[in-house]
Amino acid sequence: MADQIGYSQKVMEHFMNPHNVGVIENPDGYGKVGNPVCGDIMEIFIKVKDDVIEDIRFRTFGCGSAIATSSMVTDMARGKTLEEALKITRDDVATELEGLPPKKMHCSNLAADALHAAIEDYREKQKKE
Amino acid sequence: MEERIYLDHAAAMPVHPGVARFCRQFPDGFAGNPSTIYREGLQAQEAVATARERVAALVGTSAPDSIIFTSGATESNNIAIRGAALRNRKFGKRVVASATEHISVLNPAKDIQKGGFALTLAPVDRFGTIDLDALAAAVTPGTVITSIHHANNEIGTIQPIREVSAIVHEQGGLLHVDATDAAGRIPIDVERDGIDLLTLSGNQLGGPDGVGALYIRPGVRVQPVLVGGGQERGLRPGTENVFAIACMGEAARLAGEEMAGESKRLAAIRDRLIAGITGIEEAYLTGHPEERLPHHASFRFSRIEGESIQLAMDMLGIAVATGSACTSRTLEASHVLLAIGLAHAEAHGSMVATLGRRNSMDEVPRIVGAVGETVKRLRAITPL
Repeated sequence: MADQIGYSQKVMEHFMNPHNVGVIENPDGYGKVGNPVCGDIMEIFIKVKDDVIEDIRFRTFGCGSAIATSSMVTDMARGKTLEEALKITRDDVATELEGLPPKKMHCSNLAADALHAAIEDYREKQKKE
Repeated sequence: MEERIYLDHAAAMPVHPGVARFCRQFPDGFAGNPSTIYREGLQAQEAVATARERVAALVGTSAPDSIIFTSGATESNNIAIRGAALRNRKFGKRVVASATEHISVLNPAKDIQKGGFALTLAPVDRFGTIDLDALAAAVTPGTVITSIHHANNEIGTIQPIREVSAIVHEQGGLLHVDATDAAGRIPIDVERDGIDLLTLSGNQLGGPDGVGALYIRPGVRVQPVLVGGGQERGLRPGTENVFAIACMGEAARLAGEEMAGESKRLAAIRDRLIAGITGIEEAYLTGHPEERLPHHASFRFSRIEGESIQLAMDMLGIAVATGSACTSRTLEASHVLLAIGLAHAEAHGSMVATLGRRNSMDEVPRIVGAVGETVKRLRAITPL
């Protein structure tokens, strides 16, 4: 990116009109990452049917890239199998958003981690049943 | 398309139109070097001398030679802290600064610890006012320099400089005051207030970037940070930035002339902004409710993050600042907001509005409306 601080058009679109915001009551899987000290907290809720992510929602406290990556990762994971969704990396999310400023790549790019945590949670629950 | 509203004058100020008019008198700058004795050199010398008198007058000194010009507030702060501490090290090797100083004061103060100096950070209360009892305990007989800003850029709190001065001088050390944000907004009088070194920024007076000044009380010894050709009494060597210095001088003159009226006008807008924005749910004023800069309104909002606020406001056509960690180079929460006792999560949700000449009372409803809309939008997404 030419501009080291500013966000891409794509990031701003997702920031201003984030997709898949909200909560799923009784989710099949739930993942939460981040903490108040670093300034980003994300939670992702998933509904799974036949190993496919049928519905996905998120809520995020954080900066522009935290919100945009949450929106993007939920778009990317929707309709994918759990195996496919687990392969989505932080870099994939950043690429889909047409890049993130370098300093945001680590601190505010936790959305893929939240997705993976939600899938892990789903699998843990399956084992117990 | 609605007009942009600019509310980040603490970060950068547009050049005052009167200063711009003055600058345009010299479309080619100044031909001569002030160190020369032919006509062009003397003209440049005179322009610098006039600027020096104007800056001196703004801060209440009748000794223009007590002003040296620098590249800006960061350099002035470095010369003040390093230069005074090193030159007067025989007096003692302790430096005291308030916990809410600007990073360009804190970093040189921390850096000279490598040279054997000890640094004490003096605490502030929840409004950001220096705790005078704690300061009195921190300033020991060997405290060579104490640095307390006149007012804070993030929360707008004005410090009781005269009381600070009495405490510092009782122990015989020097007082440095960073007046970057206060100069031109509230009266400053280095004589009355007992200030030994005072930092000024050219841009914050309505002048150009890349120029600042440092007042050094006659008799106070300071050693240079840069060494070279001996300009500015040897404290700021290098050929003077004559054009910028002349423009800063005009900015200082205009600031002095217009301060009373403009500060009163801005304070009225500020108060309406504060009343409107603190009416939003879980929105709080940061800094002192009364002892604050006339152009400064600062807030925090629970459960949302400052960079998001800044971005969303930008989309609504309004430029504001935030102390959010996400916007800092270090990605650390604002040391100022932590120093006034906020938790990390609280410190992330800050927004600062600093007013300037182009702002008007008519803008208040649109600003308050935009903040309300932004807060509502972000609260709808937050998990907190």
